[in-house]
Amino acid sequence: MDPKTIRGYGDELYDALRRQRMVAPITDREPEMSLEDAYAISRQLLERRTADGETVIGKKIGVTSRAVQSMLDVHQPDFGFLTDAMVFNSGDHLPVSDLLIQPRAEGEIAFLLKRDLMGPGITNADVAAATEGVMPCFEIVDSRITDWKIKIQDTVADNASCGLFVLGDALVSPARVDLATCGMVLEKNGEIVATGAGAAALNSPLNAVAWLANTLGAFGIGLSAGEVILSGSLAALIPVQAGDCMSMRIGGIGGASVRFV
Amino acid sequence: MTLDQAIIEKLAEHVENAELNRAAIVKITDEYPDMDWEDAYAVQYAIRARKEARGTKIAGLKMGLTSHAKMKQMGVEQPVYGFLTDYGACPEGGEIAMDRFIHPRVEAEVAVVTKRPLSGPGCHVGAVLAAIDIVLPAVEIIDSRYKDFKFDLKSVVADNTSAAGYVVGGRSARPEDLDMPTLGVVMEKNGEIVELGAGAAVLGHPAASVAMLANMMAARGEEIPAGTFIMTGGITAAVAVEAGDHINIRYQGLGTLGFRFV
Repeated sequence: MDPKTIRGYGDELYDALRRQRMVAPITDREPEMSLEDAYAISRQLLERRTADGETVIGKKIGVTSRAVQSMLDVHQPDFGFLTDAMVFNSGDHLPVSDLLIQPRAEGEIAFLLKRDLMGPGITNADVAAATEGVMPCFEIVDSRITDWKIKIQDTVADNASCGLFVLGDALVSPARVDLATCGMVLEKNGEIVATGAGAAALNSPLNAVAWLANTLGAFGIGLSAGEVILSGSLAALIPVQAGDCMSMRIGGIGGASVRFV
Repeated sequence: MTLDQAIIEKLAEHVENAELNRAAIVKITDEYPDMDWEDAYAVQYAIRARKEARGTKIAGLKMGLTSHAKMKQMGVEQPVYGFLTDYGACPEGGEIAMDRFIHPRVEAEVAVVTKRPLSGPGCHVGAVLAAIDIVLPAVEIIDSRYKDFKFDLKSVVADNTSAAGYVVGGRSARPEDLDMPTLGVVMEKNGEIVELGAGAAVLGHPAASVAMLANMMAARGEEIPAGTFIMTGGITAAVAVEAGDHINIRYQGLGTLGFRFV
């Protein structure tokens, strides 16, 4: 894909994001599109956001569960960028009707880094040692692609379908919790809608963060101290709309709650 | 009750023989479509009496159908319960012979042992937490005696809720040292994660499942005695197994539990 085409799609996704409009899958129009092209589009989309004054504060890892990997027919995760405009705190009202199109909520473990991580060669031990703490987290994913009809290239180009994210009420050292077995309970409007455990994210959330560090390292990009890394969904995605409330709890870490408006 | 005692006894013999001979049968409601819940439990209790008369010890109680989603799917508002036998105990870390079963499936659970009697009606999570001595990691091996798992819930109740075997892990904990709803469980079969979940999959809280058991037994005029071992219900879906399969399960705060089918 030539740079002009890439810019065009990045701009198209940026407009879709800002105007809350859906666009046709890019893979319908560019069947030959590569993952590299998709990440290039994602960077163009990000450049438009940073030109508006948004700052990158972290990254998200997606496509970490076996179910989603087989749905998209891929065997590796993907990633997107988190900006300051996307972060909310537990208890906040989340303006989904003003900002998102077709939101779905995921319960995840977020990592707050205290040291830089530069791949290749990053192991789970490096990730654990570089982590200030882990937090319970909602990621509200959204797709700018019509009806979520995404192939892996579509979601990568669309910033890994990231929407907003909500950090929970606790920051816990990774030394204090078994990140693979910690259980998660998701409630929507007072009803339990899903349970899961840490191992749903690439068998361990540590694997997911190590993958990201090593994948970015291959391009000379590191993860930086202070960055937030969302490590992947621990249970099914739950569609949400204005008026819904959700809460979640992760064993040994803490909880988060949010109201969608 | 719609069935007389002679038919209850006949059905108990029929269903128990299916278990003892490992020969699947068609669901008993085919022949007795009007069977009600009381009849179904009467058959289960008659099977229990047959076993006890033969010297089998009742090792505990189990809850089934404890997921709200499954209850909705089956169109019922209550879970079901059954009993565990002494010979159903399988060794942790050991080999389990497939020929003990017809078509076994395994599900990860947490089990409890009580230190006080529990009685309903009105039994609640607080009473249960106060009555739990220890919480243990456990696996139930279920094995419906019905051909191809074709059954309705009343037939399942009569068939002792498919109870067949169980494995208990060695690391126990006091209930106050665990958050049972968020207790995570990760099940691997042959080294690959096949199921995972958290305790809240069991009626929101495994202790709520025990409370429900006490309340259901109260309807029969019974209580749960102190010292009862109770399997609270599946946190994960039931996974089919065959000879050669190795199951390994990790429990948050309760260690791991593994065994192999041969």
